[in-house]
Amino acid sequence: MRSATATDLFAGTGRLVRLALRRDRILLPVWIASISGLAGAVVASYAATLPSEAERAVTAAFGAANPMARVFDGPASGTTLGAMSMVEAYKILAILTALMSAQAIVRHTRQDEETGRAELLGSAVVGRHARLTAALVVTLGANLVLGAAVACVLAADGLPWSGSWAAGLAVGGAGWVFAGIAALSAQVFATARGANAVAGAALGVAFLLRAVGDLLGDVADSGVEVVSAWPSWLSPLGWGQQVRPFYQDNWWISGLFLGLTATLVAGAFVLTSHRDVGSGMVPARSGPVHAPRGLPSAMGLAWRLQRGVLGVWLLGLTGFGAAFGAVGESAEDLVSGNDGVQQMLDRMAPDAGILDLYTTFLMAIIGIAAAGYTVQALLRMRAEEVTGRLEPVLATGVGRRQWLATHVVIAAAGTTTILALSGLAGGLVHAGMAGSWAGVGDLLAAALVQVPAALALGGFVVALFGLLPRWSGPLAWAALAVALVMGQLGSLLDLPQWALDISPFTHVPRVPAEAFSVTPVIWLLLAAVALGAVGFAAFRRRDLAIAA
Amino acid sequence: MEQVIRTRGLTKSFGSTRALDGVDLTVGRGEVHGFLGPNGAGKSTTIRVLLGLLRKDAGEATLLDGDPWRDAVALHRRLAYVPGDVQLWPNLSGGEAIDLLGGLRGSMDHARRDELVDRFQLDPTKRCSAYSKGNRQKVAIVAGLASDVELYLLDEPTSGLDPLMETVFQDVVREITTAGGTVLLSSHILAEAESLCDTVSIIRSGRIVESGTLAALRHLTRTTIHVTTELPLDGLGRLAGVHDVRTEDAGHSARFEVEAEHLGAAVKHLGAHGVRTLTSSPPTLEELFLRHYGDELAALANGNGNSHGDDSGHGAGTGTGETGHVHGRRRRAEGSR
Repeated sequence: MRSATATDLFAGTGRLVRLALRRDRILLPVWIASISGLAGAVVASYAATLPSEAERAVTAAFGAANPMARVFDGPASGTTLGAMSMVEAYKILAILTALMSAQAIVRHTRQDEETGRAELLGSAVVGRHARLTAALVVTLGANLVLGAAVACVLAADGLPWSGSWAAGLAVGGAGWVFAGIAALSAQVFATARGANAVAGAALGVAFLLRAVGDLLGDVADSGVEVVSAWPSWLSPLGWGQQVRPFYQDNWWISGLFLGLTATLVAGAFVLTSHRDVGSGMVPARSGPVHAPRGLPSAMGLAWRLQRGVLGVWLLGLTGFGAAFGAVGESAEDLVSGNDGVQQMLDRMAPDAGILDLYTTFLMAIIGIAAAGYTVQALLRMRAEEVTGRLEPVLATGVGRRQWLATHVVIAAAGTTTILALSGLAGGLVHAGMAGSWAGVGDLLAAALVQVPAALALGGFVVALFGLLPRWSGPLAWAALAVALVMGQLGSLLDLPQWALDISPFTHVPRVPAEAFSVTPVIWLLLAAVALGAVGFAAFRRRDLAIAA
Repeated sequence: MEQVIRTRGLTKSFGSTRALDGVDLTVGRGEVHGFLGPNGAGKSTTIRVLLGLLRKDAGEATLLDGDPWRDAVALHRRLAYVPGDVQLWPNLSGGEAIDLLGGLRGSMDHARRDELVDRFQLDPTKRCSAYSKGNRQKVAIVAGLASDVELYLLDEPTSGLDPLMETVFQDVVREITTAGGTVLLSSHILAEAESLCDTVSIIRSGRIVESGTLAALRHLTRTTIHVTTELPLDGLGRLAGVHDVRTEDAGHSARFEVEAEHLGAAVKHLGAHGVRTLTSSPPTLEELFLRHYGDELAALANGNGNSHGDDSGHGAGTGTGETGHVHGRRRRAEGSR
């Protein structure tokens, strides 16, 4: 009797797995190829830049002592080629893998419920747990393939097989945990946006925990290894780094990945048994009989649709800025007690202090993250269009240009606000800890200088929305991913300058580590306006997508 | 009469699919114009071109003396649109969605809005995500019909409504036309169109195949007569314009169809046989409609897709099957145009 029930709960899983694979037949292979290809490229260029053991030993010792490398890369793990390139590349590989996994889970669970597809499927011979199971099978499977691909690519670069498999484990393991986090959040939140936002926030917290843990860690006697402090062990990204591929190959950490993933997945299944299809854990309240005064206008509607997303990003990135502002103080302390590191930093950037360098690194990351908000806010327009909610709006007195303008204005103002507040929060927290207000202006300036680059990317998204609406979603996110990889790994990958120049963030003045220059800022703003104008013109001329 | 909507040779393709293939549609001021056709015939595409949501490939379209594409915003302030399958914002309440859509148009009558919410028995405090299809449709109907505008474009507005609400809808549309509004009502519910519309256009595969007042269109088709007589009927099938004769009761009872212009002669013929009872039914809109889609029905029934049968339609005699009967009508319709 009991076994029959269990079978029923999972009935139809196989078919749903095939359906999910059919839907993702392009997306997942592109993700897997990009991430594993990136891993291979990092190793290849690392081998070219630092061919000799002696050169690598100097760099590794600097990486172990340098607080910036500890915060933004990870714990130094010896001097082998494989280990050093993995320390540099892991954060990007893991972040991309986490995004791939969380999005895949949400796509096949909550998003299907939102669109009503799940109801249709649920009425067929499909068990209560089948949908979540199928999403997990596909996503966890994709991570296994990705891990294997990473291992093969690294081995093909001439690295030892054992370490290559350990690197694959570190990447795929992070993917498993974030698949689990998304599985849980997709049950709790009633919208795909909400579920993805929680996974994104978890990623931010994981990055922060391991940054703090690695910063507060100790340099081992060898001088080329950092023994991380306990906060690193609270973070799945930290675990991936503690695998230390090509150095220690800590296989036992696979147990941590498996244990946490299993716990999260079990939690998700428990929640699935306790809720209705389509609803979240938080019940919907009833609403007002009449619209508030501000709502019935084009701007009122756009604000109503955009304010939630803006609030979440504002909270997340302001918190991230504040936390790293606090960490900056410790980084400063660490350098002031280490003359060797001080001298190396002076050679890197003669006119900049440690805090200037730290601020520049930090804001490069926050700038890209804020552009993530820009992309998401602008793609809301496409969502409104394809769900058919735009059609009745454009059949009223609202013109296409006006409607587009309301969303663009909110996205641009939102991006500026997010960057200003995250810079200010970082500056104020740092000032409070250091007891000096000197750095506040620098942090704010370093944040605001990112705005034109984020807007240029936003202009690209608006142009896509007008010209290639069907592809605007994937292409916009791909552009953001390219900007992220270029910004974090561009110099390491030794890409030609024209390739680096594609990313708007390449052109951002390195304030405050270097002097501010107004020319690139003007060019970025012009690019934003020109691309945006193309989008406006194209949207006015094209057919509206009609919801099927 | 002033023309509120006028299209000539309107075409629109999506890739290789030709959705509109030369639509000529005319709607006069103050009319309730039925726009009839099955799914996929091009009704919604026509309306979306008229709203400037889709861009026509060729042909002319004039709406309230303006260009639907170029003057979209100005025209939209003078019209209301009710889509057939409206999608709403899940976290807005129904009341908010109504006020939003009405407010964006700028011509909402708030007293009328509250009255319609009441009459359609809509709970405006529910979130749109919690509404059924029918209730979402009520939101769109209230938002559209509470507007004080010149033209109402209703695209299968009652899909998902229960029969009770369908009646309320018809009452509200009559109130609108009494007040001087013009309505284009796309539908495949023929009873609804029959009870509301003055004029109809029938669209098929992106082309208007029949257009005119219901009275004129009825004239093109046949009246059905049921008669019982004292003397046995003979020679009915030989009369001009008489079709599908079925006799019973040894010729004392008959049912047949007769073309409008031959009705007088047929009645005269009956009179000579001593009429006991006689009922005559005008053609229903369904019959009008089937004239244009009869061949498809026949193809479905026969399974052989013979869409241009050569049934002469004259003097078919008794016992003609339903299929032949439809064919005959269709040919008759073509001959008369």
